[in-house]
Amino acid sequence: MNAPSYNFAYLDEQTKRMIRRAILKAIAIPGYQVPFASREMPMPYGWGTGGVQVTAAILGPSDVLKVIDQGSDDTTNAISIRKFFAKTAGVATTTRTDEASVIQTRHRIPEAPLHEGQVLVYQVPIPEPLRFLEPRETETRRMHALAEYGLMHVKLYEDIAKFGHIATAYAYPVKVAGRYVMDPSPTPKFDNPKMDNCPALQLFGAGREKRIYAVPPYTEVVSLDFEDHPFTRYRQNAPCALCGAEDSYLDEIVTDDKGGRMFVCSDTDYCETRRAEGHFGSANAPETERADV
Amino acid sequence: MFDPTSIATDQPLLVADNLAKSYGRLPACRGVSFKLYPGEVLAIVGESGSGKSTLLQMLSTQLQPSAGRVSYRMRDGVLRDLAALGEAERRFLFRTDWGFVHQDPAMGLRMAVSAGANVGERLMAVGWNNYGKIRDTASTWLQRVEIGLDRIDDAPRTYSGGMRQRLQIARNLVTSPRLVFMDEPTGGLDVSVQARLLDLLRGLVTELGLAVVIVTHDLAVARLLSHRVMVMQGGRVIETGLTDQVLDDPREPYTQLLVSSILPA
Ligand SMILES: Nc1ncnc2c1ncn2[C@@H]1O[C@H](COP(=O)(O)OP(=O)(O)OP(=O)(O)O)[C@@H](O)[C@H]1O
Ligand SMILES: [Mg+2]
Repeated sequence: MNAPSYNFAYLDEQTKRMIRRAILKAIAIPGYQVPFASREMPMPYGWGTGGVQVTAAILGPSDVLKVIDQGSDDTTNAISIRKFFAKTAGVATTTRTDEASVIQTRHRIPEAPLHEGQVLVYQVPIPEPLRFLEPRETETRRMHALAEYGLMHVKLYEDIAKFGHIATAYAYPVKVAGRYVMDPSPTPKFDNPKMDNCPALQLFGAGREKRIYAVPPYTEVVSLDFEDHPFTRYRQNAPCALCGAEDSYLDEIVTDDKGGRMFVCSDTDYCETRRAEGHFGSANAPETERADV
Repeated sequence: MFDPTSIATDQPLLVADNLAKSYGRLPACRGVSFKLYPGEVLAIVGESGSGKSTLLQMLSTQLQPSAGRVSYRMRDGVLRDLAALGEAERRFLFRTDWGFVHQDPAMGLRMAVSAGANVGERLMAVGWNNYGKIRDTASTWLQRVEIGLDRIDDAPRTYSGGMRQRLQIARNLVTSPRLVFMDEPTGGLDVSVQARLLDLLRGLVTELGLAVVIVTHDLAVARLLSHRVMVMQGGRVIETGLTDQVLDDPREPYTQLLVSSILPA
């Protein structure tokens, strides 16, 4: 075997130490965006270079890595990142949520409950939840410093005024540990309750914007709302067509060119695990049941 | 809730003490002292560059004086040196007990956010958490400034100049401030639009017992709204007194010039 031509997990030790310091600070101040000197990674920004740098900084040789993109382990993005770390760090990889010690994710939180000792690393495009209404960075920083978060409710107010309900479906703002308002990255709001009091450590990396933030294990994460328009979880009202799950977040899949479509779990590992346990849905029901239809 | 009768009107609300501001060697404002009482409307007049806006910005803590001091009687009745307030306290004051109406509505409004949210923002900032109540209160205020409720969900960038100023006023008054600063609130508006705005302002100020510091170079505005006038020239206050007295019978030659040239009729 050739000796690897990169440092372990690609980044040099000094850079990893710098990122770890940012991570430690982020953990110490839950929800606070810590600036860090984001490095160029051998992949475009849209590929989650922030998450990749965080993962690179925390990986050890005995870690088991899972990478998901929109819930799937099999997209080009997920496969590339997994291969990247298999190659540069030589770590074991898995698609099983419960087997992974580090899970890097874009747009989803796994359905299977996370457990102590796991780290969930989010890829974040825009870390600033107030940016939508206040583009000035100096002003948003001051708002965070003084916990002036009225503006966040202005956004929710606008939703209700326009659509009759809080229409924000992704990147739904949360308050962490009763202090900082945080953007949970573009995960569906369905996943927000999973962040609350989660046994796993949650780390967020924004590469282009050079920010890291964190939710330590067992930390309170509350979705913002109005008392007369409370936060609600949203999920398509259907069981998964492959595993029959009624509690998972669903993707809509077009099955043919005649308008045929079906709903399946967006979390592929969750779906496969359920099928392996004998669950099934309308698209793959056993013959006996199909005969009844 | 705050009881406006709890603070005696014989105690000043705002006190300026020997205020000065220099830009390099230019003294934009110097030696300004006055007291403003609850419910009192003070107009600051003077030609362009005389230091009116500089003074207003110092009074409202947006500009740090080179010398002198501004004090304000907080809702608890205690007169505080504004320079000694923490930033959080100052910003809180600014969005609760104070208002600021800018000449340029883009500085006082969120142009891309609906009128309802523009008015509701201060309420949400002080912790209101009921959408229905916020919207009801915003509706009430829009009606008070004569904006039709069919426009509540429209952004002010779709509003006329006069409507924008009225929206700014509603946005400021929703938290029942005791003091409102205004910098040329009617500047740049058509004469008929100005008249309507002044009428509305006069009604609200009287009804709510607001204290106002209004900067204007339009003496007609001063005459219509203010109880007292301060005339500025070259950064100094050269004459001050009851509005009618100063405008009808000015003592200073400069004021005489100002009055005769702007009010020829
Ligand atoms: N930021 C600044 N830097 C340097 N000089 C300034 C600054 N702001 C104001 N000045 C100067 O200070 C003086 C007073 O300005 P100020 O804006 O207070 O006048 P004003 O009475 O409000 O005038 P206007 O009626 O034109 O608004 C002017 O000479 C102005 O050029
Ligand atoms: Mg001015």
